[in-house]
Amino acid sequence: MRTDDPETGRRWHDMGGDAAGPAPGPDHDFALWEKRVDALVQIAQAKGVFTVDGLRRALEDMGPDAFETMTYYERWVAALAQNLIEHGVVTVAELDARMAQVAARGETYGDAQGAAE
Amino acid sequence: MTRALPQVTPPPFAPPCPVGTPCLAPGDVVRVLPGGGGPGHVRTPWYLRGAVGRIERICGDFPNPEELAYGRDGRPARTLYRVRFAMAELWGARAERPEDTLDAEIFEPWLEPVHAS
Amino acid sequence: MPHDHHDHGHDPGGLSPSGHPYRKDQDHALTHWQRMEIAIRELLVERGLTTPVEIAAQVARMDARSPALGAQVVARAWSDPDYRARLLADGSGACREEGIEVDALKLVAVENTPDTHNVVVCTLCSCYPRMLLGLPPDWYKSRAYRSRTVREPRAVLREFGLDLPDRVAVRVHDSTADMRYIVLPARPEGTEGWSRAALADLVSRDCMIGVAVPRTP
Repeated sequence: MRTDDPETGRRWHDMGGDAAGPAPGPDHDFALWEKRVDALVQIAQAKGVFTVDGLRRALEDMGPDAFETMTYYERWVAALAQNLIEHGVVTVAELDARMAQVAARGETYGDAQGAAE
Repeated sequence: MTRALPQVTPPPFAPPCPVGTPCLAPGDVVRVLPGGGGPGHVRTPWYLRGAVGRIERICGDFPNPEELAYGRDGRPARTLYRVRFAMAELWGARAERPEDTLDAEIFEPWLEPVHAS
Repeated sequence: MPHDHHDHGHDPGGLSPSGHPYRKDQDHALTHWQRMEIAIRELLVERGLTTPVEIAAQVARMDARSPALGAQVVARAWSDPDYRARLLADGSGACREEGIEVDALKLVAVENTPDTHNVVVCTLCSCYPRMLLGLPPDWYKSRAYRSRTVREPRAVLREFGLDLPDRVAVRVHDSTADMRYIVLPARPEGTEGWSRAALADLVSRDCMIGVAVPRTP
């Protein structure tokens, strides 16, 4: 289902029972930045900033287009940012400013990733 | 009305979270509430709404994910059950094999007991 | 295999600790989402919520999680009927007995028998026993698997190469709340007296999700 159902209110992500294409698919390992997203999500939860429920709710509210056009960890980092902003850990302005600064460091993830340890 | 009800042999199982005073017991016949299709973060899938199954086991009391998703504490905790449904109940004539079953975890407020008709 | 995360602007090459090749992301154009990850990571460190060492340790921790842990548990359950009973009664406790630290995982083990085959899905998102099996495969998180497995599991299993006879009942588990699931596959014939290590070798990730059965020797 590609949208929330306007007649019933059924949410787009609540997809059990729908028709769809073949289930098996290729597998891939994750890039370092993706593993870091995962780590940051786990750490923030462990520190009590938000719960997995908040992460899921943010993912659901991003809507079906995000599911179709963004990768799994792209959606996770967006949902992470959403939860951190909601809980007052960072502000929109702070995040925006830092992202601009990061962008100015260079063209690749390797250039911009900052001090890893 | 005849419903397709699955067999349940409640397994020996130690709930990983404390159980308060559950209203339902393994083997009980229950119906999943239809719900209004309203907004929010809900963990009762659409395809199970209104379905009748049997309690397979008690999982324990857990905070309410519908509240946790918005940064609230989800208290009071509610009893979570695994409920077993016959595929015939869920999909009718389109079930691949009517006696196949589906188990899902459903919170107590989403269940009502069904008395023998 | 340990990997040096200090590379800057170079393809890390080699294998990550999970045993897979790193995706070559280091040399591609920096994306909006990668910028967001870097920014969040730095801000959280500056706020004192975490440290670079803690983040790297968590990455390493997840890299150490793989289906080999689940296979170890399955092999012991096959070898030891009392352990099998404990696994079915308290999945997380049984994992801890094997020295596997599963944190808050609330594991339910579901057992395949000659007349029942189990398969696990999360229709609402992608719940998976990560601390036991590692990160889930992409297909497990896909629209197709999440949508169809609860309605036509036999057709889905056939697509994975598993064609079950009609005398075997299929039981689907939708991971809708706090529990996580592992399928305890049936022990293959011809493995009497095998060591636990040899038994574990027969058990793939897909067997423990339920879209495959162990290889028969």
